[in-house]
Amino acid sequence: MNLPMLGVINLIHETDDMGGLTANRCLATVPFGGRYRLIDFTLSSMVNSGIPRVAVFAHTKFRSLMDHIGSGTNWDLHRKGNGLFVLPPSMEDQTDFGKGDLYHFYRHRDYFTRSSPFEYVVVSRSHMVSNVDFAQVLEDHRQRGADITVVCKRDPGGFSGLARKVMVNEAGRITDMQDHYGRLSSDIASMEMYVLSKELLLDLVESSLARGQDHFVRQAILSNLDRLTVNAYLHEGWLGIVNNISGYYRHSMELLRPDVWHELFFRSGPIYTKVKDEPPTRYHRSANVSHSLVANGCDIEGTVYNSILFRGVKVHKGAVVRNSIVMQNGIVGENGSLENCILDKEVEIRPLQQLRGAEDLPFLAVKRKVI
Amino acid sequence: MRRNECIAMLLAGGEGRRLGVLTKDLAKPAVFFGGKYRIIDFTLSNCVHSGIETVGVLTQYQPLVLNQYLGIGTPWGLDRRDGGMHVLPPFVRSKGGTWYKGTANAIYQNIGFIERYDPEYVLIISGDHIYKMDYDLMLEAHKRNRADATIAVITVPWADASRFGILSVDEEGRVTEFAEKPKKPASNLASMGVYIFSWPVLRDALIRDEAEKGSSNDFGKDIIPTMLREQARLFSYRFDGYWKDVGTIESLWEANMDLLADEPDLRLNDRSWRIFSVNPNQPAQYVAPEAKVNSSLINEGCQVSGEVNRSVLFHGVTVKEGSLVEDSVIMPGATIGAGARVIRAIVGERAVVGDGCQVGSVDSVDIAVVGSGEVLTDENKLREAEPV
Repeated sequence: MNLPMLGVINLIHETDDMGGLTANRCLATVPFGGRYRLIDFTLSSMVNSGIPRVAVFAHTKFRSLMDHIGSGTNWDLHRKGNGLFVLPPSMEDQTDFGKGDLYHFYRHRDYFTRSSPFEYVVVSRSHMVSNVDFAQVLEDHRQRGADITVVCKRDPGGFSGLARKVMVNEAGRITDMQDHYGRLSSDIASMEMYVLSKELLLDLVESSLARGQDHFVRQAILSNLDRLTVNAYLHEGWLGIVNNISGYYRHSMELLRPDVWHELFFRSGPIYTKVKDEPPTRYHRSANVSHSLVANGCDIEGTVYNSILFRGVKVHKGAVVRNSIVMQNGIVGENGSLENCILDKEVEIRPLQQLRGAEDLPFLAVKRKVI
Repeated sequence: MRRNECIAMLLAGGEGRRLGVLTKDLAKPAVFFGGKYRIIDFTLSNCVHSGIETVGVLTQYQPLVLNQYLGIGTPWGLDRRDGGMHVLPPFVRSKGGTWYKGTANAIYQNIGFIERYDPEYVLIISGDHIYKMDYDLMLEAHKRNRADATIAVITVPWADASRFGILSVDEEGRVTEFAEKPKKPASNLASMGVYIFSWPVLRDALIRDEAEKGSSNDFGKDIIPTMLREQARLFSYRFDGYWKDVGTIESLWEANMDLLADEPDLRLNDRSWRIFSVNPNQPAQYVAPEAKVNSSLINEGCQVSGEVNRSVLFHGVTVKEGSLVEDSVIMPGATIGAGARVIRAIVGERAVVGDGCQVGSVDSVDIAVVGSGEVLTDENKLREAEPV
């Protein structure tokens, strides 16, 4: 059954501290988990929850985004009427580019007004890797009669990525919220997924802009916390906040825990991504692989331990890959060695080369580099 | 309708009786192969890479899974505005309507379909074989020879020759003799079951063959011998790549094992000739700390905690700790229980080999088979190979 809810994946000014990984792509298309891009998780959650119409508000460096999601076929969002809408910024001049996301919401307001049968909207980001059931969030939103429901995660261990901490009272209402760098002492963070009625969203867009405020969360929601009922919905499942290198590395490595692997990929429907038609992975006689995630199309002759290999990675004889992430089509030459490294797509490590990063600060090689 | 120079008719009605429990609810072209694919993916991908954009797929036996798998041809890029893929099951007419009586009759019954595209040439292929072939090169040879029909041939070992349709050819490659499964083969050139016909010639031959009372309406048994007798221009086209008929448990297992060679004859990761298939949307495979994997092909969604040697694992297979999988083919979604031993075996789709169970053995010549969905739970039970 379809939910009466529109999806918006808002890529405008996403908090991004990913260094070289986002040099030529937006945060939404950073490769993750062996064969996915970050946006796949939110997009798949929406589709699996029964949201039939999703808009992606693209902003900068979206060539890789267009290439990845295409017409939305792989997410079953290539439909008549509904489906996927990629909306790049609609600007009158260059200065509009730097304006807050509400300005762009305003420019895209036709998307909302034309979607007449949909009463609700969920506005989300692309970097919260999780498997959320939005049907349950909407149910909670309606039952508790909230104006806005924010999907949140409690993590007493603290967060690696940059996230907005929130204060929640006993009634489950959010009383305070910070920006990504504040010092609020709370173990609950916003997952940047906001469910509200379409009417309220359009109202917030216009009334905020009229007051010179152009940021959705920082201004439209934060300044109305006393006036509106903003509730927290606590997500029980796993969450990876992936917007800086340490968060990327830590949460990638968490996928090597079978419980996390199962919960993220199997619990509430598959995660969809662009099809590549790679053959199964070949393990040669000399291969020695353990505690690793390996995508299709790899060819392994060497040793791989505690690592993640994306599609089409070649590990030559005598090469050793430890505690590392090697993205699509990476090559590790004969007797080369990697430890605590992140290699972006198509990086080639020449024979006998040895690379080693620190345990808490992995070495990062940018796309197509030859080392 | 845009005109197509050459369209393909893919015979996918094969029952695959010799594959036993593996084709109980499955047409032979839908049988799994190579860790990821179904047999029919190879011919469909060949068509697309050869620039053939219209493919009629003739189905008959156990079509449910196959039809669902094929859909409208999207995974192969065959969902086209004009042409593309069409599944053609036998249909009912106002006066009766019958099953496809033979390979030629299947095409005969779809003359109407072919005429909608008005092609100059028709490629007849079957969904039972594993090979990568550029049909466009064969079409060029067909045109160069001004042939009425061209038959793709491959050299087979003399010992196996009596299992195939055997051709004798002159120095120009023109066919002089054709014998279906001869006791004493005159040559070791075997027909691959890949034919290109000039459409007017084939159309005429099909209509006349249908009118023939005693005909079995088969290409190898009737159409080709008749054309040869009437001195039509029949040419051979030599193919020297990998080609395999995976009609038996033994050959299916063998063809899978062929992929594990250091330099396999059939290269699957040839980026210019990818084999397309339906994507199962599974995550990257997980290899546990205690796992050991050597000389194997493993697909997405697998979870390996045991030891896997010289084997092919399809998507979503679980190999639990302390188990051993050796010289075997494990189909999608199957589970190998803790401490189980699977040796020289094929384990069917979603089958479960319970903890401690044993399937097959090193000493057995035959391949042990666990059928699709079968559950082996008795710890002491030994599943041995049954002679097929």
